[in-house]
Amino acid sequence: MILKFLMRRALLSLITLAILSILVFLGGQLLPGDVGRAVLGPLADARSVATFNHQMGVDRPLPVQYWDWIAHFLSGDMGRSFSFRAPVAPFVADALRHSLKLAALAFVLVVPLGIAGGVWAALRAGSWIDRSIVLLGQSLGIVPEFISSIVLILIFGVWLRWLPMSADWPEAAGPLTQMRYLILPSLPPVLIFFGYIARVARVGTLEALNADYTRTAILKGLPWPTVLRRHVLRNALLPTITVTASLVGYLAGGLVVVETLFHYRGIGALIYSAAKAKDFPMLEAGVLTVGAIYALASLLADLLSSLLNPRIRAARP
Amino acid sequence: MLQAVRTGLRSPTLLIGSVILLFWIACALFGSRMTPLDPYADDLLATLTPPSPSHWFGTDQLGRDIFSRVIIGARDILIVAPLATVLGSVMGTALGLVIGYARGVLDDIVSRVIEALQALPLVIVALMALAAVGTSNATVVLVIGFVFTPLIARTVRSATLNEAELDYVAAARLRGDGALAIMFIEILPNVLPVALVETTVRLGYAIFFVASLSFIGFGIQPPSADWGIAIAENYSLIGSYWWTVLFDAAATASLIIGVNLLADGLQSVLER
Amino acid sequence: MTPGITPPLGAAPADALCIEHLDVAYRVGASERRVISDLSFAIRTGETYGLVGESGCGKSTVALAAIRYLARNGRVSGGRILVDGRDLMRLKAAELRVLRAQTVSMVYQDPARALNPSIRIGRQMAEVFEVTEGLRGKPAQERSADMLARVQIATPQRVMGQYPHELSGGMQQRVVIAMALASNPALLILDEPTTGLDATVEAEVLDLIARLRDEIKTSILFISHSLAVIGRMCDRVGVLYAGELVEEGASAELFGDPRHPYTVALLRCMPSFGRSKRHGRLETIPGFLPAPGSISGRCVFVDRCANATERCRNEVPPALALPGSALARLSRCFYPERAPHLPRSAEMPVPARRSETAALEATPDAVATPLLQTRHLSKTYRSGSRALQAVHDVTLELRAGETLGLVGESGCGKSSLAKLLLGLARPDAGSQLELTGQPLAALASDRTQAQRKAMQIVFQNPGLALNRSHTVRRLIQRSLRLLGLPRQRREARLRELTASVRLTARHLSDKPRQLSGGLQQRVSIARAFAGEPAIVVCDEPTSALDVSVQSAILNLLVDLQAEQQVSYLFISHDLNVVHYLCDRIAVLYLGRLVEIGPTAAVFAGPQHPYTEALLSANPAAQGVPGERVRLRGEIASALNLPPGCVFQTRCPRKIGRICEQREPPLLELEDGHVMRCHIPPAELARLQQGREPNRLSP
Repeated sequence: MILKFLMRRALLSLITLAILSILVFLGGQLLPGDVGRAVLGPLADARSVATFNHQMGVDRPLPVQYWDWIAHFLSGDMGRSFSFRAPVAPFVADALRHSLKLAALAFVLVVPLGIAGGVWAALRAGSWIDRSIVLLGQSLGIVPEFISSIVLILIFGVWLRWLPMSADWPEAAGPLTQMRYLILPSLPPVLIFFGYIARVARVGTLEALNADYTRTAILKGLPWPTVLRRHVLRNALLPTITVTASLVGYLAGGLVVVETLFHYRGIGALIYSAAKAKDFPMLEAGVLTVGAIYALASLLADLLSSLLNPRIRAARP
Repeated sequence: MLQAVRTGLRSPTLLIGSVILLFWIACALFGSRMTPLDPYADDLLATLTPPSPSHWFGTDQLGRDIFSRVIIGARDILIVAPLATVLGSVMGTALGLVIGYARGVLDDIVSRVIEALQALPLVIVALMALAAVGTSNATVVLVIGFVFTPLIARTVRSATLNEAELDYVAAARLRGDGALAIMFIEILPNVLPVALVETTVRLGYAIFFVASLSFIGFGIQPPSADWGIAIAENYSLIGSYWWTVLFDAAATASLIIGVNLLADGLQSVLER
Repeated sequence: MTPGITPPLGAAPADALCIEHLDVAYRVGASERRVISDLSFAIRTGETYGLVGESGCGKSTVALAAIRYLARNGRVSGGRILVDGRDLMRLKAAELRVLRAQTVSMVYQDPARALNPSIRIGRQMAEVFEVTEGLRGKPAQERSADMLARVQIATPQRVMGQYPHELSGGMQQRVVIAMALASNPALLILDEPTTGLDATVEAEVLDLIARLRDEIKTSILFISHSLAVIGRMCDRVGVLYAGELVEEGASAELFGDPRHPYTVALLRCMPSFGRSKRHGRLETIPGFLPAPGSISGRCVFVDRCANATERCRNEVPPALALPGSALARLSRCFYPERAPHLPRSAEMPVPARRSETAALEATPDAVATPLLQTRHLSKTYRSGSRALQAVHDVTLELRAGETLGLVGESGCGKSSLAKLLLGLARPDAGSQLELTGQPLAALASDRTQAQRKAMQIVFQNPGLALNRSHTVRRLIQRSLRLLGLPRQRREARLRELTASVRLTARHLSDKPRQLSGGLQQRVSIARAFAGEPAIVVCDEPTSALDVSVQSAILNLLVDLQAEQQVSYLFISHDLNVVHYLCDRIAVLYLGRLVEIGPTAAVFAGPQHPYTEALLSANPAAQGVPGERVRLRGEIASALNLPPGCVFQTRCPRKIGRICEQREPPLLELEDGHVMRCHIPPAELARLQQGREPNRLSP
């Protein structure tokens, strides 16, 4: 049963990724029209554009190009960068390593905070505490990262001088020093996603608190902490798992602004500079990697929630 | 209607949000007449002066008056973001209604594509599309509109799926109503509140994205006095000349929070 | 248990529950709305006390107050509640917890939601012993298994390893009952414990409750909207109306000789067992249920009471004890002796019928072409490799002007069959549909406008069947277009139609949610009749409505049929309603037609064993002599049908291998009475004379 569920779910992820790869490919090859012209600019002469297009293989039919690209991609060859004239893969791998570090830190900060905030708000539903957590989370969640970054840098970097203003740590920095450099960049995404996680946790908790089974547990005479732990939170936090998965995808690839602003060589910054330079192979590789991380994370999340929730296993995914 | 207005007045979030938004709309409309100094005029003798009675918010690298620039900086973002939101809402509502009612293969295909797109952070999708088609106010509207379409479509689709199961739809089919009539006369009025709430929420995010894209050079383009551009231009000076970024940042934050409060208030009024 | 709390004066120590002058109010916005006022009653040890009333009367509020679990915005604003002699409202949190653990338990309506979906049954059961006796691990597991066995779960060990969603509704409710009784409570509160369960399952659960009550000797507060269930289960009954206890007494006396006008009217509304439309119209209660807390300083029932006098409008009647009965009887009426002579609403003028005798008396002409004919109608839903036979090989006909009742439990295919007839779902290949002899396309969209016009439906839940964004006028107008009337005629027809369903013109500009359930259903009926249909499918049209509203709707349907010669396909689970309304009855089990025949013949028997069980499960059928026929187990899964006769897994009259191997043939007993059973009709008739279950089955 669980195996079948897993297989079906994994297959769905693969289909999603396949569609995504086509979209990414089309985005990189079709939208610009003439790739050589887009890369070399309007002043380049027609012959060098044609030569560029031929060298890069972008004058071949689209399906051929796609097949060539995806086949190489799957074997680990992500193509050659237009700007660096070098294979893309090492750049992406290095950026991914950086991004995961930052993502991990932000993740361990925001998930417990968000859940705690959401559960607390739900337990005080209707009170000013509830209202403040909800409104604060909502407002913080919609302030762009570059704004919160500026404010954080001004406070902790410029005025208080507690933390470095950039994430560019010196060579040979130990893990602790690295961590110190990462604290400030990790905070803007924490502010953004605190409200999101808190909201999901709050709704789940409220639902569980109002559920008949919680009433059953209370009327059994169980002590309140037991009711909360065993009956309320267990069911309440299941939806949060799925949400944290999409968070992983975002943290590992979506921090374009934060990484750029803090001079951090993560995958968001890589995508940004590739977009700026119209380095389409690099851009496509970066974007597809981000998609793959998201797909993997949501697959794991579904797996986890199916292990914790007997009903999902029975239903079709 | 009057009742709704009255409830609205009683909701503090709706009230505060409206006041903030109206303030910035007024600045965008009449800003050029309200500014004490010419926001575009350089003054190379007074570059990077700190806030003072003559320059309330100080001046930037070119000696331009930051206060005047903040006042008119709302203009472009308040054109681009709402247009993008409306575009996304209209397309998303129509798409969601069609795939939610038709179901079957069409729904499967579109839903898969939507799901695939959702594997990417929106900013990445927008960045990629803008890198490909080039950046201008029009392309930013189009790209954000298209990026929002699947999000709104998804919400409207699930609402439509629920509605289509209800017996009033069966009753409409029994009297021979066509698919278009059922979608737009029977179902649409019932999913409209959901779409409206989603739209107000999206407006906040549209401002979020336009500001972020402008900051990284893929949104509104200079010489606009846009806040995001101003912050990007002066960000490297943050260590010594904080006023060159702080006021623009505060303006962006206030606009976005105002829209968000408005959306929140509107939601609670609509749900009542 | 809790020192320092002595039973206060006034409450007899023997009372399991004693409620004195209870007021409960809910805060709605800035104001408080009183939903229970001056309620007093007591339940003695070992007694089963029933609280009955229509929706919104405050039944569930009483139940929740009695366990101090009112919603956040509710509070007890006056009076006392004594549980086992202790004042509930004065208990500290810890004492309350102990009381809930050891003294009082509660079972409520939807067992699927009462159980935690992500914890195994065994663990949830064991929790009770953990709290009450401090047992953990193996001993708690053993006690749980014992308890499950006591509620007649055959395989406790297996069930304990399962999750709630893996059990059927009946099994879930057994588990909940087992949990409630595990602590040997002094008081058990049952709030609509069988509502939502199928008739045969309900009968089983009720039997179980009755048996356990005798074993455990617990006192029970039994809350239900069903007079029949209350009458069957309870020693004493209280009738609740608009938050007040209007009458109380021993159940036999109260139901046999009601002394409050509301009780009298309510009992008259119910189509009683064996009553038919030929006997005349049903009683109705005029007016509407008052909003909670809206009436003060006068009798709560005054606006709807035909006996009301000036005094009733100016004074609140006290709960008067009636003289001359064994158990104390109370009635909150100034004139209890006049209640039995309450004027009948059916004696009021009846709207003129176009051809009274034709519709009610003459059996529709069987020789003529049937209006609607199905042959070998089947519907299989496929999902991957699994196939679900919702409807299988149904051949039946509907004649002009008749009412055909369709009965069966949930999942039997009643609604699927209706959908197929209406063209809302596509039947399997080989199915045939004919309307007045002409073949009918499978889907409504492929039928002609005239054919679509001919068949309409009234749905179960009018709240979902009416588009909530449209006004009543628009709702009806959109269906009136079926007639293709010129514009100026449309308005006139709209007026006629609204008048014929007894709606007034002022309702036309309302949206559905501004109307009560009964009025909504009238709109729904008006819409169905807008196109002047020949056939109207009524899919449980009254099961979401209260008894007093139901009778008015049933009367309306009878009137409309008399006026317009329409045929009804009437789907219902309520056998009394079916008996009242229908000329013929078709019984479905697992998508198959097991019996069809004239109403009188089907009720008189011999019956198909399944029909027999359904009739016997009818809680109102107390007069039926002999033992009840009980079904074993649950309805088999339509995904995994048993071989042979589909009913053989539960059939109490199974005769042997043949039932497992061969699908039974269609047997005609007499003119038009047909059933599918291996037992010869004469044998069935003999068996059912004595109503003894067949002992031959293994």
